[in-house]
Amino acid sequence: MPGNAPSKTAPAKMAISTTINGQSYDFLCDPRQSLLEVLRDTLHLTGAKEGCNNGNCGACTVLIDGEPVNSCLVLAVEVAGKDLTTIEGIADKGVLHPLQQCFLEGAALQCGICTPGFIVAAKALLDKKPNPTEEEIRFSLAGNLCRCTGYDKIVRAVQAAAERIQSVQPSGGTPQRKQAQQPQAQQQQSQQQQ
Amino acid sequence: MNGSPISYSDKKYKVLGTRPIRHDGTDKVTGRAIYTNDVFFPDMVHGKILRSPHPHARIKSIDTSAAEAMDGVLAVVTSKDWPELKDKVAELGEGAVNLADLAGNLLAMDKVLYKGHAIAAVAARDVHLAEEALSKIKVEYEVLPAVLWVQDAMQDDAPILHEHLRTDHMGKLGDKPTNIATHLLFEQGDVDAAMEKADVVIEREFKTASVHQAYIEPHNSVALWNEDGHLKIWTSTQGAFTCRHQVAELLQIPISSVTVTPCEIGGGFGGKISVYLEPVAALLSRKCGRPVKMVMQRDEVFEATGPTPGSYVRVKIGATREGKLIAGEGYLAYDAGAYPGGMIGPGSMCLFSCVDLPNARVNGYDVCLNKPKTQAYRAPGATQAIFAFESVMNELADTLGICPIELHLKNAAKEGTRRVDGPIYPRVGLVECLEAAKSSEHWNTPLEGPNRGRGLAAGFWFNIGLKSSVSATVNHDGTVNLLEGSTDIGGTRTSVAMQLAETLGIAAEDVHPKVVDTDSVGYTDVTGGSRTTFATGLAAYEVGLDLRQQLCQRAAMLWDCDAEEVKFDQGTFSRNGDSLTFRQLAEKLPETGEPVVGRASISKDVSTNAFGVHICDLEVDPETGKVRILRYTAIQDAGKAIHPSYVEGQLQGGAVQGIGWALNEEYYYKDDATMANASFLDYRIPTCYDLPMIDTIIVEVPNPDHPYGVRGVGETPIVPPPAAVASAIYHACGVRMFELPMSPPKLWKAISESKK
Amino acid sequence: MQSFTYHAPTSISEALQLFAKCEGTIALLAGGTDILVQLRENHRQADHVIDVKHIPELHRLGCDPTQGLVLGAAVTCSQVLHSDATQDYSALRDSAQIIGGWQIQTRASIGGNLCNSSPAADSVPSLIALGAEVDYATLEGRQTIPVREFCTGPGTNILNRRGLLIGMHLPPVGARSGSAYERFIPRYEMDIAVACAASYVELDNDGTISAVRIALGAVGPKAIGCPEAANLLVGKAADDELIQKVADQAATMASPINDMRGTIEFREHLASVLVKRTLQTALRRAAGEVIVSHPH
Repeated sequence: MPGNAPSKTAPAKMAISTTINGQSYDFLCDPRQSLLEVLRDTLHLTGAKEGCNNGNCGACTVLIDGEPVNSCLVLAVEVAGKDLTTIEGIADKGVLHPLQQCFLEGAALQCGICTPGFIVAAKALLDKKPNPTEEEIRFSLAGNLCRCTGYDKIVRAVQAAAERIQSVQPSGGTPQRKQAQQPQAQQQQSQQQQ
Repeated sequence: MNGSPISYSDKKYKVLGTRPIRHDGTDKVTGRAIYTNDVFFPDMVHGKILRSPHPHARIKSIDTSAAEAMDGVLAVVTSKDWPELKDKVAELGEGAVNLADLAGNLLAMDKVLYKGHAIAAVAARDVHLAEEALSKIKVEYEVLPAVLWVQDAMQDDAPILHEHLRTDHMGKLGDKPTNIATHLLFEQGDVDAAMEKADVVIEREFKTASVHQAYIEPHNSVALWNEDGHLKIWTSTQGAFTCRHQVAELLQIPISSVTVTPCEIGGGFGGKISVYLEPVAALLSRKCGRPVKMVMQRDEVFEATGPTPGSYVRVKIGATREGKLIAGEGYLAYDAGAYPGGMIGPGSMCLFSCVDLPNARVNGYDVCLNKPKTQAYRAPGATQAIFAFESVMNELADTLGICPIELHLKNAAKEGTRRVDGPIYPRVGLVECLEAAKSSEHWNTPLEGPNRGRGLAAGFWFNIGLKSSVSATVNHDGTVNLLEGSTDIGGTRTSVAMQLAETLGIAAEDVHPKVVDTDSVGYTDVTGGSRTTFATGLAAYEVGLDLRQQLCQRAAMLWDCDAEEVKFDQGTFSRNGDSLTFRQLAEKLPETGEPVVGRASISKDVSTNAFGVHICDLEVDPETGKVRILRYTAIQDAGKAIHPSYVEGQLQGGAVQGIGWALNEEYYYKDDATMANASFLDYRIPTCYDLPMIDTIIVEVPNPDHPYGVRGVGETPIVPPPAAVASAIYHACGVRMFELPMSPPKLWKAISESKK
Repeated sequence: MQSFTYHAPTSISEALQLFAKCEGTIALLAGGTDILVQLRENHRQADHVIDVKHIPELHRLGCDPTQGLVLGAAVTCSQVLHSDATQDYSALRDSAQIIGGWQIQTRASIGGNLCNSSPAADSVPSLIALGAEVDYATLEGRQTIPVREFCTGPGTNILNRRGLLIGMHLPPVGARSGSAYERFIPRYEMDIAVACAASYVELDNDGTISAVRIALGAVGPKAIGCPEAANLLVGKAADDELIQKVADQAATMASPINDMRGTIEFREHLASVLVKRTLQTALRRAAGEVIVSHPH
């Protein structure tokens, strides 16, 4: 049990340097602190959510060198020298990522607690596989739990984002996000009235 | 596939029925939305709870001295820190609550009644220190035998949880110690005589395991008991006012000295109405003079909050050869968990809710046992009851060789039907949902292939009314700020704001809704009972009328006429050729005097009704008993779908929770009466890889009790899936399942035995 | 979680010296997806956590026709899935793609899965069926043993927390061979195996079976090989009846328990079903068919 060991001086805090969303960060942490704990409590990057704290819900998903991980199952000391992306780094200088836009337009969130994890994981998927099938999306996102939506609209939002990224990025050029930023609400309203 | 709603109204709307982007959406897709765990204060400390390892034990002593002596520990509390609460009863909106029971559930008094029952709490500089301090608290127990199954707990020789408990038989108290807290009886017609006349009688018994709401955000709260005596709470709750009331009653302080700020909430489904952490964090904060944050771990959520009752249900129906139901009898025993007050009431009301049944009797029992105190879970009590009833209906359809839709249509509850507990239905939409199912592409597409089957079931849930308050301010740029007290769990800011926008003839985006704390808006009941879009939406409509009236007066001032002469139509004020749009008038308001502020509050005692019908196609692997859902359609009467995307979302999300309940979710107990699967790894909620798309059909039969015809849609969709899945399993492999979950080991066993 | 000192040695000898030097309890950290949960939930204690990911030799991943597959202990499931080196080792890939979700696979290593020594570990039956040998080091030196001898019971193995797993060697597969792993879980992802099995088959030019290895997991205290059952197939051409007989024979090796994941009766039955299915898949793969169990 914790605390039962004979009292001895706690291990010294460790100084860690890492890159998060393109910015360099230095922080001190206790070796037992998870990456999730440091992101949230020390760096106040609270977009990664704590849902289960044991790697089963995916709400704390962040990218380490482009690969999705559960940040609750990574020690903060392990990310020294790594390149991290969190939900706070998905939008580009005030312009939402197509995934974020498609989640909004497609009503792919209800309570929203799982949403950052889904968007980060889905971004990793689309970065690797721009045209995933429905089955690929479902398999890749099986580590992200959602209790509200029944997943239908989440899967559709990822499909819509894939299409949108493809349509504005035919030859791998810079995404023209301006187009994605246009409010869709009015379009949808007019569709409704037809 | 999600098409346009099938509407039974010719009303045309400008805003209602459109799909604007939700107002809080951007904050939620960028990670910026503030949930309780995202609240920080400079000198905040962290609280953790010591929990019982035993399911039933007397607490002989608690020694907290070693924990208190630890460096970094700021406060320790136990039940001794509660004020005197014995025999105090508080009315908390959803019935009277014994305060000693509520307090005892949060910090155990003399006994622990389930594994995970809270015993003591610690506040420390960080969460790790707090955990270490917990291990230094010494508790001596006298371990008692435990009981976990409702029928066992009803036996005379069962271990008794509460020595003082006597059964309340319809207001008359029993004379001996028992675990049966309540016995209900609803009856109409002459059941026995009618049953005698039936051509076909089917009687079956059903069992369901305890299941958890399994919201992804664990319970978490921050409390700050200020030196001036004012207590501030930030928390994840379905009802800030209900939370305030519970906290004030438990701490025996005036409600005016408590402010509850409802933060964004990461799911609730009924499980975040009762308080768990808030009063404990408050006690710790008072002791250490600092803000205290408490966040449950997932095993604590499973072991100490929720679940919804496990149940034993027996249903007997009598019908004519043609399939007309003439008599029904039900016996329901639901576990209440550790304290009285489970879901037996609504369960008993809902058993026969989908049919017109003139001769019916329902006996219901609320039974204490050594599990966490049960809580509401989306249509609380209905799913267990309707799984049983609809399964019997499906067996009747199979027995008589009648299409289940025809059988349902022949017996469907409709306007004028008297439910067994008394109420007579106003205009309801079950028949229309059944017709929509009958003409759906899904129902008319044959299901081919071996081991595949299709099932259908109906479901019901109420929409409660209760109290809601809103206020609204007109901005000079033509927009309106709307303040409300209803926690927004799934997009209700937008569905409420859209009703105000429709009333004012402005765009949904021009209403800025905000959920505010208990000091900043009038009393509002919980987000629960499928009431928010219906009841807080009604308040939004009424505040719209208030603003319209005030604005007509302002237009009259500008035009120098009587207010009665000003007409309002679709967002434009006019009189004799003069006209101003809402925005134009708003821009001129500073010239007309004081700011325009509206208010509305409602108190509705009527309860409206939402019906749904689900169709499920699945395939069974006969070698393993594993089920694959192939296709699923959820059909529901929404009255008027304010924001169809979020109505679809409720149908889909509820259906999937019901599928999880049907197939895999359960509290699995070890031989030592402790839960074996208190994690998302082993408490198996569906993942996206387990499911197909969930098709929806929205039917709109306007609710006569709402100006826009709105019905609440949130809860009904969890009700039909277990019976629909069970029927589909029968049609796939010829085996009838009477127990939830219909998990692979059980289904495989049933299939194996059927082959013998 | 107990407070601990974190070490990140960069060589095997440095790691071994730490074993000798550190007082109190030690835990080795590779992907961390099991150990961090166990530490956090106080199922295990550690005064020292030794992160082995900075040791280059533990990241070896390569295949050549004479040596077979070399798999360093810290190679992640994702790397196994996406490396050309593993393409002939289908059963291992089958395992790697269902150890947790994607977020787990990017961290979890096959070596860690082996060292965690869960009876239900997804990679172990595949390693047994593929004839893997395990390389490990202690202060006394390096040793190589067959993988089936590595685990000793639920959560225990021969390293006994004093040795360091360096990696695994999987022998070259036959020219006409195939392998497969399958587990039974109640959901379609994100579960621990109720029962699991792996099979490897090698065919002669005329299609008769020349070599077979079958392994079972989650039906006893550790994963086991089923050589008697496998031998029933050698020298024969497989048909449904024979495969069923072999599967039933393999299932007699099962000694499962009742728990929340399944009953004894169900697990014994599943053992047979899964051996049958993995043999069928392995045979089809040996015949050149491409069978993907999940998209990845």
